[in-house]
Amino acid sequence: MEKGKRALEGLRVADFSWIIAGPLLAKMLGDHGAQVVHVESSTRADNLRSTLPMKDNVSGINRSAAFARYNSSKYGISLNLAHPKGVETARRIAAWADIVLENFSSGTVERLGLGYEELRKVKPDIIMVSLPMFGHSGPLAMHPGLGSQLADLVGFGNLTGWPDRPPVSPPGAYTDFITPYYAMAALMAALDYRQRTGKGQYIEVSQYEAGVQFVAPLVMDWFVHGREPTRTGNRCPGVAPHSVYRCRGHERWCAIAAFTEEEWRSLCEAMGVPDLACDPRFVTVIARLHNREELDDVIEKWTAEHSPEEVMTMLQKAGVAAGTACNGRDQNEDPHLNARGFYKELEHSEIGRHRYLMPPFRLSKTPGEPSMPAPCLGQHNEHVYREILGLSDEEFVSLLNEGVFD
Amino acid sequence: MDSPANQNPETMLGPYRVLDLTDEKGLICGKTLGDLGADVIQIEPPGGSSARDLGPFYRDMPSGEESLYWFAYNANKRSITLNLESSDGLDMFRKLAAKADFVIESFPPGYLESLGLGYSALSRINPRVILTSITPFGQTGPYRDYKTCDLVSMALSGYMFLTGDPDRPPVRIGFPQAYLHAGMAAAAGTMVAHYRRQLTGEGQQVDVSIQEACAWIPTDSAIYWEMNQVLEERHGGVRVRPTTGAHMKRIWECRDGHVSFDMYGARLARNFMTPLVAWMAKEGAAPDFLKEIDWNTFDYFAAPPELVEKVAEPIGRFFANRTREELLWGGVARRCCIYPVVTPKDVAESRQLQERGFWVDVEHDWLASRIKYPGSCIRASETASAVVRRSPRVGEHNVEVYGELGLSKKELLTLRQRGVI
Repeated sequence: MEKGKRALEGLRVADFSWIIAGPLLAKMLGDHGAQVVHVESSTRADNLRSTLPMKDNVSGINRSAAFARYNSSKYGISLNLAHPKGVETARRIAAWADIVLENFSSGTVERLGLGYEELRKVKPDIIMVSLPMFGHSGPLAMHPGLGSQLADLVGFGNLTGWPDRPPVSPPGAYTDFITPYYAMAALMAALDYRQRTGKGQYIEVSQYEAGVQFVAPLVMDWFVHGREPTRTGNRCPGVAPHSVYRCRGHERWCAIAAFTEEEWRSLCEAMGVPDLACDPRFVTVIARLHNREELDDVIEKWTAEHSPEEVMTMLQKAGVAAGTACNGRDQNEDPHLNARGFYKELEHSEIGRHRYLMPPFRLSKTPGEPSMPAPCLGQHNEHVYREILGLSDEEFVSLLNEGVFD
Repeated sequence: MDSPANQNPETMLGPYRVLDLTDEKGLICGKTLGDLGADVIQIEPPGGSSARDLGPFYRDMPSGEESLYWFAYNANKRSITLNLESSDGLDMFRKLAAKADFVIESFPPGYLESLGLGYSALSRINPRVILTSITPFGQTGPYRDYKTCDLVSMALSGYMFLTGDPDRPPVRIGFPQAYLHAGMAAAAGTMVAHYRRQLTGEGQQVDVSIQEACAWIPTDSAIYWEMNQVLEERHGGVRVRPTTGAHMKRIWECRDGHVSFDMYGARLARNFMTPLVAWMAKEGAAPDFLKEIDWNTFDYFAAPPELVEKVAEPIGRFFANRTREELLWGGVARRCCIYPVVTPKDVAESRQLQERGFWVDVEHDWLASRIKYPGSCIRASETASAVVRRSPRVGEHNVEVYGELGLSKKELLTLRQRGVI
């Protein structure tokens, strides 16, 4: 056993990325013990710092919980890359690091003089991870992208919603929660490769191409059959019941699905109507699919008398898959997530005590967890520049006065 | 940096072997390690994995060998069959596990322990092994034995509540996503454990809860509640500004479908509205009031609802008179993000993906057909990450893999007759 150790102790990460995909990757590295330096500048602070919600609805560069969510376990420094000495300092950070992360628009790091070929000169075995929106080649390479819209360009938008309505498009930056996993797997593999061969490398994960992996069978269906899916709400081919049902209260919903005959009979028993299982309208899966609307009405009459939590518990005890459609409050109060310690509270100097999410994988011997609250802008300048990079007092003060740390 | 698919035969994970016991809850994990070069052996129950029953199906033949879902998430793997509930099967699995670097599984919690194959037993056979377990709710906690499916996981995640029209129930993404998130979280966690193992020689168990992987997806509903005690609601294809109540369209009708264009933010308003309004003005589609707005100072966060509506009106008309392609490429030329709301056909025909050589044409001998697979989304300068092998048929590699254990063809025949493989 290696009590108290973190999996990635000793690893050094220079995180030049911003918004979600890159910072989330760096957070997972930091949560597992890597030393991560998140580089920003006050002239070009991470966009998420101005994204709601803010603590107590009071705006402030260090008060966004959206920024905090993706930036635990990192040192935060400010560095002005528009200043020539800022670029020089960035190279010193790269020379210190094992890994450099960036997700600027294509061509930006090269223009700054911080491209892979430049960084190799100061750190020959550097591993550089770039998460461009579309990849660094092709007709969209130079196009600025937004994760919140990329989901529509991959196809999630059109797939989602009701057959009689326009697409609703899933909200938020959906693909930003896909790309970091690919990047993490590739990065860890690259570290293994470096250990075996002494060679670093440049890794590119196109967020567009990562998103396409999650609709792959549908695109293959198009290639093979020229077939296009339609929007089906919450239906699933060959399964009934399979829907989201209204429960007692305002905007309370529970998802229920019965895949086998046994689950169907258990559902009827749990609803207190065991005979329903043999009702000719519902006795076979073919009959249930045929009479799906009637079936959903019967079930909803029952769910409407209960809270979603009651429905979920009754059905799960009976061996039927069911779950509350959680709102923001439910997510916070979820008994299972809380029992597993999914939320970790840390004291942030401006936000106060608040919650950080655990990484979505738990290592039994070297578990990760948020160890430091998200940094305020430039909070660790002195520590990073002087203790970690080893700048002298004179150097630090002179760079500070020249605006390099703006 | 220009980065065409790397032709180097060397891979990052070439030296390592993965035993993949997962069903649909975790297939993409092993697939991704395979893309990075690992030797991934999918272990199916005799008769084949339940995931082979997931559609769509090649030529609509749901016989267990034609699932496009299976194809997509099992490329780069080999397949063997094995009945873990037989003594011969257990013995053979232990022999394979003794030499494996990774075991990935998605059985209900406690199942492998009941067979004597839990982490502590496996680590006695092979202290280096990493056991990754993907389950609906993780290995611990009150819901540990609860069931899930895509719909239930997406409901509990909080994402579904935010998705859909306000006058209809919450809705899931129209293609199952929950297991893919969990499988990829597992790939990431497995590799973090691998990094540690390469330093210490010691493996460990990686516990992936599908619920937790999905809980990451909703960007801000949980923190809105925590910070401001505000419950975010769903608004279909519009964004509702909590500060002003203004409705800002995200999804717009155009001549041949829909496009995605976000009326958003301060800096983004400047970046995207300036070129869009200039484009509209050039084509005589910008009313005077729109041309007079200074986008450098305009702030959607503060703009009153009436003004937002007034701005949206001519934009909507401009979009309605143009096709998705015109709007995409017209936007690209002006660095303005107007994306088509695409179908799989559009993805298949994407110029970006085609020019990057993304699609891989893979021979399927027994179907006498070539099928296009998505390539890897990982490109590396020193090593290859690619789809090089079609997804396997049931037990296709039994002779090859069990041969390594010294089993003869005759013995394999006996094991087949006994229902072990």
